[in-house]
Amino acid sequence: MSSDTVATALPKTRIPSNAEVLRTQRRERISLALRYLILGSVGLLMLYPLFWLLGASFKSNQEIFTTIWFLPRDLTQLLDFSAYYNGWMTRTEFTFATYFLNSFLIVIPRVIVTLISCTLVAYSFARFEYPGKKFLFSIMIGTMLLPPIVLRVPQYLMFKELGMIDTYWPLILPSAFAVDTFFTFLVVQFLRGTPRDMEEAAIIDGCNALQLLWHIVVPLLKPALISVALFQFIWTMNDFIGPLIYISTVEKYPVSLALKMSMDVSGEVEWANIIAISIVALLPSLTVFFLAQRYFIEGATSSGIKG
Amino acid sequence: MASVNLEKIVKTYPNGFEAVHGVDLEVRDGEFMVFVGPSGCSKSTILRMIAGLESISGGELKIGNTVVNNLRAKERGIAMVFQNYALYPHMKVYDNMAFGLKLAGLPKQEIHERVTQAAKMLEMEQLLDRLPRQLSGGQAQRVAVGRCIVKRPEVFLFDEPLSNLDAKLRASMRVRLTELHRELRDRGQPSTAIYVTHDQVEAMTMGERICVLKDGTIQQVDTPTTLYDRPVNAFVAGFIGSPEMNIRPATVVARDGGLGVEIGDTMLPLPAAYSDALGNRIGQKVQFGIRPENIGTPRSIFAAGSQERASVANCTFRLREHMGNEVYTYFDLGGHEFAARVPTDFAGEIDKAERGQTIPLGFVMDKAHIFDADTGLNLTLSALQPA
Ligand SMILES: Nc1ncnc2c1ncn2[C@@H]1O[C@H](COP(=O)(O)OP(=O)(O)OP(=O)(O)O)[C@@H](O)[C@H]1O
Ligand SMILES: [Mg+2]
Repeated sequence: MSSDTVATALPKTRIPSNAEVLRTQRRERISLALRYLILGSVGLLMLYPLFWLLGASFKSNQEIFTTIWFLPRDLTQLLDFSAYYNGWMTRTEFTFATYFLNSFLIVIPRVIVTLISCTLVAYSFARFEYPGKKFLFSIMIGTMLLPPIVLRVPQYLMFKELGMIDTYWPLILPSAFAVDTFFTFLVVQFLRGTPRDMEEAAIIDGCNALQLLWHIVVPLLKPALISVALFQFIWTMNDFIGPLIYISTVEKYPVSLALKMSMDVSGEVEWANIIAISIVALLPSLTVFFLAQRYFIEGATSSGIKG
Repeated sequence: MASVNLEKIVKTYPNGFEAVHGVDLEVRDGEFMVFVGPSGCSKSTILRMIAGLESISGGELKIGNTVVNNLRAKERGIAMVFQNYALYPHMKVYDNMAFGLKLAGLPKQEIHERVTQAAKMLEMEQLLDRLPRQLSGGQAQRVAVGRCIVKRPEVFLFDEPLSNLDAKLRASMRVRLTELHRELRDRGQPSTAIYVTHDQVEAMTMGERICVLKDGTIQQVDTPTTLYDRPVNAFVAGFIGSPEMNIRPATVVARDGGLGVEIGDTMLPLPAAYSDALGNRIGQKVQFGIRPENIGTPRSIFAAGSQERASVANCTFRLREHMGNEVYTYFDLGGHEFAARVPTDFAGEIDKAERGQTIPLGFVMDKAHIFDADTGLNLTLSALQPA
């Protein structure tokens, strides 16, 4: 008899529950739309200056300083890329091709030596026992707390002694000695969090310390090293103070200095040109970032192997 | 062909902690030796010293006829399987297995042959071009074993290789590994194996001999059956066997015509064979040990044909657990809790028993052990029949 009541009761309860489902679905859809709306508008607000910059590269000086709307009043101006051309050619005897090349001549060697020195130093801190290790490590951390400005003067004097002023050496050489403490620290921490089993297995397989580093540790460190390379690339690309202090010949200027120089030129400044070239100057960093992004995500989801 | 010889091996860690206190052990050529013991008893430490991953603080370690104390890991002719598999995550399975051979400079052809042969032996040919993260736990462990086999080492070292697997897989991998060892040995390949585990079931089923460790010292080295039947002390007796041996405080007493043990207010007579060993201990406190399967209902004892050797005592029933073919029975005797394993067919009176009810249970006394209360040494070893 009880099974009878259940059978007849079922269809009755099912109809209101259907309506319930629809109501819940509708409520969820509305709240989702609301969330997207809020997040979208905040995101737009934050990106607006970038859009404005993009639009401004097509505007005249007068319009740049009078309108807040990012599109030029006359939309046909969007087809006029002369600002990009003029900006690229500059008013000096060199085009931005030279300046970009200069930037790369600094950035690429610097990234490479950073990777090598960071890996070696971090490997030693994370995997070897030797007297004074703790002390050395705390000194290294100590330098992270030191404002970089403090070092400018002594470093300048040192490089002057070495006859390296107005060359790229002062911008590259320090990184070959792992003075980018933050990166070294990052790699040390990453390595400390990586189990040693694989290295022990490799030792039994016959690796010596350097083979171990190359065949096992470096591949394990890949996500960390990609982050290091990326940040070093972007920061060096954007570095202004360093080149300003050490580089005095216009022919050797990197992009950051050249941009500043275009603004300094006396007389009428065509802002659209400068803005246009600033946008172009962003491209290398953006490209590198999007190329590296894939590895970032891979590194975050597959660090180590499952148990 | 290699035996492994440990002589007075000592390990002191840099922080001053002495983890291994002068261990002497011989692992014979081709033998499957298991190290077993509770967590922290230095099983891994000893294994890692043999592997060359930890320095040896004192004593002499020989593999074959060579003293290897100061040889590097790769010169010792060993291969090791780790608990977490330790596969190289960026290399395919094939390269994982070939890595050591490549480093050793073997010709490509030879490497290929060895890897495919090992893959066939472990039935994992279809896995060769996967990455470790695309493997299940059991497959990863097989790759780790394969990586050892291809090296044709003199000695295989295993550090709890199955403890990350689920119970079912563990049981089947256990059989596989044992079979693999016998197969290698039958082929005449070097196959000395040292296997670390804290699971006594693994130890009992896999080991040809077992080395029981506690706090960095060896308690007993023997075959599984000898360890089970003739444990040298209360620690080994309690560690080997599941459910574990009942070991409870008792007093040796004299009775007409022999000795007995008194547990609380109950006296159980000891067989005459124990008189020599225990004659001078009358009135002294000891530990009384008896395995759960040596306690039963009068009917089960009778069915096992041990009624002449058994004595029946009145016990207070507490709880039963049905395991299918057996009933685990928990009861009190003389104020101490005991466990018994009774075959289900003869468990009638237990099935009907109520909590707190008095039931008669038989104890097969010539399987009982008496341990010294302080040192835990087995006092009855001489009286127990050899296995
Ligand atoms: N690097 C070390 N420094 C100091 N003490 C250590 C070190 N490694 C291990 N020990 C200590 O040595 C003892 C034995 O450790 P070991 O790893 O050999 O135990 P185990 O028997 O393998 O245990 P488990 O079953 O948990 O793996 C432990 O007490 C441990 O705390
Ligand atoms: Mg261990």
